[in-house]
Amino acid sequence: MIDARSLTRDFVVSRSQTVHAVRGISLRIEPGELVAVLGPNGAGKTTTMRMLTTLIAPTSGTATVAGHDVVRQPAQVRRHIGYVGQGNGAGHTQRVRDELNTQGSIYGLDRRAARQRAAELLDALDLTELATRKVSALSGGQRRRLDVAMGLVHGPSLLFLDEPSTGLDPQNRANLWEHILRMRAEHEMTVVLTTHYMDEADSMAERVVVVDHGEIIADDSAATLKAKLAGDRIVVTVAGDDARPLARLVDRLPGARDVVCDGNRVQAHVGNGPAALPELLRAAVAADVPVATAQVHQPTLDDVFLALTGRSLREGENEHGNPQDAKTPKDVPA
Amino acid sequence: MSTVSVTAPSQIRTAGRTGPLGLFRDIGIVMTRELRPLLHDPFSVIFGMVQPLVFLGLFGPLLVGSLGGQAGTALGNGGVWQWFVPAILVMTALFGTSTTGASLLFEFQTGAHERMLVTPLSRPSLLIGRALKEMVPLAGQAVIIVLVMIPFGFRLHLAGALVGLALLAVFGIGLGALSYALAIAVRKQDWMFWVVQQTLIFPLMLLSGMLLPLETGPGWMRAAAQLNPLAYLVDAERALFAGRIGTATVLWGWVAALVTAAVGLAVGVRAMARSAD
Ligand SMILES: Nc1ncnc2c1ncn2[C@@H]1O[C@H](COP(=O)(O)OP(=O)(O)OP(=O)(O)O)[C@@H](O)[C@H]1O
Ligand SMILES: [Mg+2]
Repeated sequence: MIDARSLTRDFVVSRSQTVHAVRGISLRIEPGELVAVLGPNGAGKTTTMRMLTTLIAPTSGTATVAGHDVVRQPAQVRRHIGYVGQGNGAGHTQRVRDELNTQGSIYGLDRRAARQRAAELLDALDLTELATRKVSALSGGQRRRLDVAMGLVHGPSLLFLDEPSTGLDPQNRANLWEHILRMRAEHEMTVVLTTHYMDEADSMAERVVVVDHGEIIADDSAATLKAKLAGDRIVVTVAGDDARPLARLVDRLPGARDVVCDGNRVQAHVGNGPAALPELLRAAVAADVPVATAQVHQPTLDDVFLALTGRSLREGENEHGNPQDAKTPKDVPA
Repeated sequence: MSTVSVTAPSQIRTAGRTGPLGLFRDIGIVMTRELRPLLHDPFSVIFGMVQPLVFLGLFGPLLVGSLGGQAGTALGNGGVWQWFVPAILVMTALFGTSTTGASLLFEFQTGAHERMLVTPLSRPSLLIGRALKEMVPLAGQAVIIVLVMIPFGFRLHLAGALVGLALLAVFGIGLGALSYALAIAVRKQDWMFWVVQQTLIFPLMLLSGMLLPLETGPGWMRAAAQLNPLAYLVDAERALFAGRIGTATVLWGWVAALVTAAVGLAVGVRAMARSAD
């Protein structure tokens, strides 16, 4: 469905400054895949999408989207894709239903079919009561739902969504996903989306592409990425203030690595957290080490990003919510 | 809210996409979309009329006072309103259509334009549809002004007025297209739009003989006016609203309007093709 080769894109900001927004992205996406693109602000996600959707030309590299070259056959590409950009697609002076009808007629639905499709989508994204409202009078999340509805009007075989769920409340996020997944099942739609919600990428996408500084730094299923790059982590504390005897026990657990002993607290990566913890507790009882608390942390995609780059995706927030974690060397911001 | 039968996307267009038929269809879609807000809120036509109405209300009476006695000389026979109202219609076209690019500028900011650029709509249709739409508010404004002025003694020659309206519409399409082209050109520094628009609009207006007869101005002004399409338009509208349809003045008015429309659309379509970056 998508075959991008060494795409780059520079933006000349001023005579002395050029931004290398995308620095060589190669990506193959097969029909029917659901791919989430993750990365911090400014990583180049939107720029990559804008190249793949024919909005801007690559500085170098080539891309074939839906069987057509994005530079030489942009009109053909546009006919086969849908795109929900990061901004608001609806005109502010327009009414909600009108924008959906217009979108339908753009893609060749006759008036009746367009109206019917608009009604379906209004219903699916919980916008029916707002149908005659002016777009400028919608809340941010309502506007976002309208954007997505417009992108879905024609049931494209390839759909690009740039942060579709940003600003939606949990109920509406669930709604949105239900609808996207159903459309995908019914039309064998290929979906490429960006998101900053880790849980979303984790639970919905079969494939996660991590982008940083304009390059792909990881590309696999969420489960594999987490197992390979982050792994389970255990955090155990002892009663008293010396955890070193406990740390020696932790070291003997299967797959234990990165064992850090810090006062009365030990943390480490282990192969299988839920299995390792009881084993450790048994060993501690036998060795007469007084364990006070024990926790297992299963990795998130944020841990994956941290492992890859040494930075957390959650800016300004400590990755495990524990202030002591900040002392471990890998937490130091790059 | 969850049981939805999704329309088969198989009916999504493949036929009639390219060629002139596809272009006309696309223009129709864009134009309809642009006209909808006007339809829902007809009073918004008043918006582009503020300046012309101010001139009509506050400058017109001064003209009557100072030039009224000269009727039949500089102004031709028929009195001040007969001379001033057609010019006010051109002023309406000038102010209304030269500001229309601001709406596109806003769509650049929100992302609405980007969304349109990803659809199969042809690039030229995105401009032509918008420019053609300018006819509608313009015609509405012209009709309002004429109707308002009839009680004040403005005499209407219907045939001439209709031709005058058509002439105004053609000019409005051209100027609207230029306004959109300007919006596209300055989209990265949007404040420039108003700088350029304001800088151009007043010289154009004063050098058209719209407010005061140019015959009494210095020679260089009259020479400059000869290069101003607006001057030909104003003269043509005055002739038409006096009922003199088949005259050379009117012909020159059409030339000016058609050239403006052709240049505007050509420049605008080129700009639109490069508007994604
Ligand atoms: N039109 C532009 N002109 C100049 N620089 C740009 C332009 N568009 C993007 N950039 C720069 O390119 C880089 C990548 O931007 P991009 O919008 O692709 O990031 P992103 O991954 O989508 O980020 P976010 O998560 O914030 O949406 C950034 O450094 C940005 O400042
Ligand atoms: Mg982005």
